[in-house]
Amino acid sequence: MHSVYSFVTGPMVWVAFGVFVAGCLFRLVVLLSQVSRKEPFIFSYMNLKWSLRSIGHWIVPFATVNWRRHPVLTVVTFVFHICLFLVPIFLLSHIVLVDEAWSISWAALPDGLADALTLTVIACCLFFLVRRIRSPEVKFVTYPSDYVILAIVAAPFVTGFLAYHQWFGYPVMFILHVIAGEIMLIAIPFTRLSHMLFAVFTRAYMGSEFGGVRKAKDW
Amino acid sequence: MAEPAEEKEKKGLDIGLEKGVSKLTPEKIEQTINDVLDKECGPRFKTYVETCIHCGLCSEACHYYLSHDNDPRFSPVGKVKQTIWEMLRKKGKVNGEFIKRAAEITHTECNLCKRCAMYCPFGIDIAYLMTVVRRIIHKLGCTPQYIQDTAHSHSVHYNQMWVKGDEWPDTLQWQEEEAQAEIPTLRIPLEKEGAEIMYSVIAPEPKFQAQLIYQAAVIMDQAGVDWTMPATVGWDNSDMAMFTGDSELMGRLKRAHFETAARLKVKRIVMGECGHAFRSVYDMGNRWLGWQMPPIPIVHAIEFYAEILRAGKIKVAKKFSRPVTLHDPCNVVRGGGLHEDARYVTRQLCETLVEMHPNREHNYCCCAGGGVINCGPPYKMKRIEGNRVKAEQLFAAKARGAEVLITPCHNCHSGLHDIVHHYGVGLEIKFFGDILYEVMEKPEG
Repeated sequence: MHSVYSFVTGPMVWVAFGVFVAGCLFRLVVLLSQVSRKEPFIFSYMNLKWSLRSIGHWIVPFATVNWRRHPVLTVVTFVFHICLFLVPIFLLSHIVLVDEAWSISWAALPDGLADALTLTVIACCLFFLVRRIRSPEVKFVTYPSDYVILAIVAAPFVTGFLAYHQWFGYPVMFILHVIAGEIMLIAIPFTRLSHMLFAVFTRAYMGSEFGGVRKAKDW
Repeated sequence: MAEPAEEKEKKGLDIGLEKGVSKLTPEKIEQTINDVLDKECGPRFKTYVETCIHCGLCSEACHYYLSHDNDPRFSPVGKVKQTIWEMLRKKGKVNGEFIKRAAEITHTECNLCKRCAMYCPFGIDIAYLMTVVRRIIHKLGCTPQYIQDTAHSHSVHYNQMWVKGDEWPDTLQWQEEEAQAEIPTLRIPLEKEGAEIMYSVIAPEPKFQAQLIYQAAVIMDQAGVDWTMPATVGWDNSDMAMFTGDSELMGRLKRAHFETAARLKVKRIVMGECGHAFRSVYDMGNRWLGWQMPPIPIVHAIEFYAEILRAGKIKVAKKFSRPVTLHDPCNVVRGGGLHEDARYVTRQLCETLVEMHPNREHNYCCCAGGGVINCGPPYKMKRIEGNRVKAEQLFAAKARGAEVLITPCHNCHSGLHDIVHHYGVGLEIKFFGDILYEVMEKPEG
């Protein structure tokens, strides 16, 4: 048990963050170099103003027609994505780890709030799961991989919650939590979770097309 | 021999598709698919496919989906799943039946209207993915017969309707003579080098809607515009090759169009009330030729009417009194932002505008565009049944008083004609040109 613990909290952390950062950079560099080699016209249409106009509308809840058409999904989507970043970055236990290693620290969420937000993320994942199973238009385009990536995202929060409350044996749950987090980091650049990297580009290009060429709104 | 009473899709036989598929071999299918996906497509295609998280939020953008009671097979992403995703998953190893279905989905169940691009949170261009499939279908020689015939006409005569070389100036001369009965001094200036404007139309105008050329000539004449029309090929701005995925032919057509305008040394090209032709000269054809924006400025009829009305070059004698509703064509609104100009023109010409809802960028497609109506009679009912929501939208506008439906696009015109008749909507359909000609001040008018 101890050697597993040492491995997942030691070298594996470095590997996970390394793959995450290098993988993201690699995907972005490949994308941009392929665009400049094969479809350089895309750059000639890209425009900062129109990109920001489009991104701005789509990152604000209810600022687009389609967000307004799906109020529940919109709230869940935004809450989910905000908590997804907020909880791990501002969790006291995570900050303590960084502080112990490098003496860097920042303000933390109160534990009770972090706990509630963790449950919120898990609830959002359940919502996405139910939607995938119940909505015909989502079910039709769902593959096993869609459940897998949902599980990859949910796992660190589920295991983190259980570990915090010390249910089902703390040491095992803690190790599972660390592994789940590492799997998620590694998966981001190489699965559809890469929309974290690419959505801003696809949105910016469509925004530039609509703003500069089509002279119409894209929201 | 009676067929078993089995409920089948209501469509006739499509020789182009059936025969095309019968000639395919697994090797040819695989090689063609992989050639297009790996060599012709680039990071844009790859990123679109890999970024999509299968959320289904594009579904409600599609009139086919809405008209089929939210059948997921008709959602934009559902169509991508049934075509692109399967081709990628099987690495091109799909059978002829799959290709036939892919051709039907992309040619007759999607109008490339790009409404879904405005509903995808990531801005994934699903219409582009559909055109990639059409390109594959083209390279496999399985394009539906009717639209392929149109492309053949483009290839032979540089126009959409098999109009032969001498028939074109002959038609213009005929319309000039007709119009001279009304305005004796009117001319349709052919081949006038250095004119300010070249006026270009789609081939259905000389073929069977010659009165539109008459009306345009009267409008040009009365507005005192320095205009011309070419006597050579290049007069037709239409482009079905763009919709069949025959990009090489599209390039040939658009080059002829722009080079004709350049030869005549005109400053601008004004085009008739057509949507897909606008897409061809303003969005796709010019880009295929390497021009970021059209090499010679393109002015769509809506914009042109707005311009001459604003400048007071045309005076309205008496506004059109019947209440009108306005259909926003995808190619000039989502494709060119002409919705406010269209409203300006409507208000200048008509007493009452009853807006349909949704409108502007969010208007429902006519279900004829994107080459769908050009796939011909075998798919007519599919097209009409696939746009029940349009009939509902029009009924609602009619309930609020609309009597006339303005559609500044040829495809929309024909498609909405079918919708209006089939569902018994009872709206009269007109072009802006029809109304402008009717209400403008004319000599002794």
